[in-house]
Amino acid sequence: MNAALLTDFGSTCTKVTAVDLSAHRILGTAYDFTTVQTDVAHGLDRALQKLKEKTGEIDYQVHLACSSAAGGLRMLSCGLVPSLTAKAAHLAALGAGAKVLKTYAYQLTEEDGEEITRLSPDIFLLTGGTDGGNTEAIVHNARVLASLPGKFPIVIAGNRAAASKCREIIETSDHPALVTENVMPSFNVLNILPAQQLIRDIFLERIIKAKGLTKAAGIMDDIVMPTPSAVMTALQLLSDGVDGKMGLGELMAVDLGGATTDIYSIASGAPGSAATLLSGLPEPYAKRTVEGDIGMRYSARGVVEAAGIQEVARVAGLSADEVERQLLRIDEDKSLLPDCPEMEKLDFALASLAIRTGLLRHAGTVHQVYTPVGPVFQQKGKDLTRVQRLLLTGGALIHSPRMHDMLKAALTIAAPEALIPWHAAPVADAEYILSAMGLLSQKYPEVAFDIMYQTFGKDVH
Amino acid sequence: MEGQNGKTLVMGVIGADVHAVGNQILSFAFREAGFNVINLGVMVSQEEYIEAAIESAADAIVVSSLYGHGELDCQGMRDKCDEAGLKGILLYVGGNIVVGKQDFTEVEKRFHAMGFDRVFGPGTAPEVTIAALKKDLLGEE
Repeated sequence: MNAALLTDFGSTCTKVTAVDLSAHRILGTAYDFTTVQTDVAHGLDRALQKLKEKTGEIDYQVHLACSSAAGGLRMLSCGLVPSLTAKAAHLAALGAGAKVLKTYAYQLTEEDGEEITRLSPDIFLLTGGTDGGNTEAIVHNARVLASLPGKFPIVIAGNRAAASKCREIIETSDHPALVTENVMPSFNVLNILPAQQLIRDIFLERIIKAKGLTKAAGIMDDIVMPTPSAVMTALQLLSDGVDGKMGLGELMAVDLGGATTDIYSIASGAPGSAATLLSGLPEPYAKRTVEGDIGMRYSARGVVEAAGIQEVARVAGLSADEVERQLLRIDEDKSLLPDCPEMEKLDFALASLAIRTGLLRHAGTVHQVYTPVGPVFQQKGKDLTRVQRLLLTGGALIHSPRMHDMLKAALTIAAPEALIPWHAAPVADAEYILSAMGLLSQKYPEVAFDIMYQTFGKDVH
Repeated sequence: MEGQNGKTLVMGVIGADVHAVGNQILSFAFREAGFNVINLGVMVSQEEYIEAAIESAADAIVVSSLYGHGELDCQGMRDKCDEAGLKGILLYVGGNIVVGKQDFTEVEKRFHAMGFDRVFGPGTAPEVTIAALKKDLLGEE
């Protein structure tokens, strides 16, 4: 049999997926805890043992892996104007699958420098200025970065006219300097793919090694990308299709974790009517955002803060006092699983409102503006109202028996300005295959597409 | 991307004004005249002009207004430019920039006081503005 083994070294779990490359189907999946502190191979061996019990002995022709272990890919970025190059840099880093700790704008200060040293990122993304535009800020920032201790690589993706100057400055320090195309070559034109590619290359060449993940290299051909990047790749393939096979079109995905929530949209987000004007930075077709304060356990309080305790109580069908009582239990035990009807109800509300908050922050907004020639609509960000399919992944979501109700509660909101999906149908990633399929698509896009299509392609309406 | 004369303009129609035709004509004329033009289109806020000018290191901001509310829309723009580090950037305004038919010399005075370097009345031909830009930015008479 022609088979592939796909591994996802997650922050807590190492997941393995076996795929039959001839029959285009999944042979089995299994997981165990990630053991990056000692030897990452231990957790992997245990997961593989479990997989073998399901599938029997298999001789794999292909091994591919992605990783978000050991903190994932931790990045900092900076640009010039917050709504322009700083935002472009932020979008570029997120799209590359990074965990973006902070994004700076304008000139970096001495205090910023101290903070950057303290945060010690895996990669720093330095941008600023359109091509031929401002050079002062990026050159100043290159000087500040060159003065900092440490060896984190610095990706230069700003004004073309200042790139070699920035490289010269940074090369006087221990930080490797790598130049690529500007994230915003001309005003309001986003060009984030070259920077993303470079970030992924650095991740492979340096970061994996630095995080002790190469100990598993004996069995892995290659750790090819950060996990969120694999998920993004899978979603794009599912949306676009492969040669001769139509994809599912525009779609979104929510990955709800204990500490963070990732939102993906593969959609143009163009205005839905000719009477709507788009303003601000055009956003990428494949967009990822991460909410660091929204999650089921470590960030449960963040959900309550964002939605308000009354709303949590309403959606849960509990009193505010009861919500608080259950929240205190979560505060004490972050690995708590629902063990009573109240906790089940609270989890339902937390998941639903985490999805809502994540979608509200990810999607754009529209406002009516009155002009002397009549009312017009002004849109900022992506219009995702017509997205029909929303993939749900993450333990709290895929194991919930009330997934439809959960998404319905998330999307039912009295906020006409919010451009979140009106009535998207939920599709569960019940076997956690998204990241695995993103990996597989690197070598076998058709196999990955067929498996995803079988899993997620059911008619949703 | 670069215009032939090396100078960059940020332009657009300010406020809640959606007059798009003149904006396109001006943008075309400026490009033809050799400028690198960043056209923000219609319904542009003061902040958008300023942010675009910072990123692109623009040499001038050219504000259009056709619907009569220009005087309100333009207030404080020079101060905001100064605040954003665009000290001394060339600021032009033109179009039907005030309500009704008013004496243009008075209008010009009020906009000069607001910090605009040049003020153009209704029906100004693009060549007039281009000549002014070339004089102010390139020293061409």
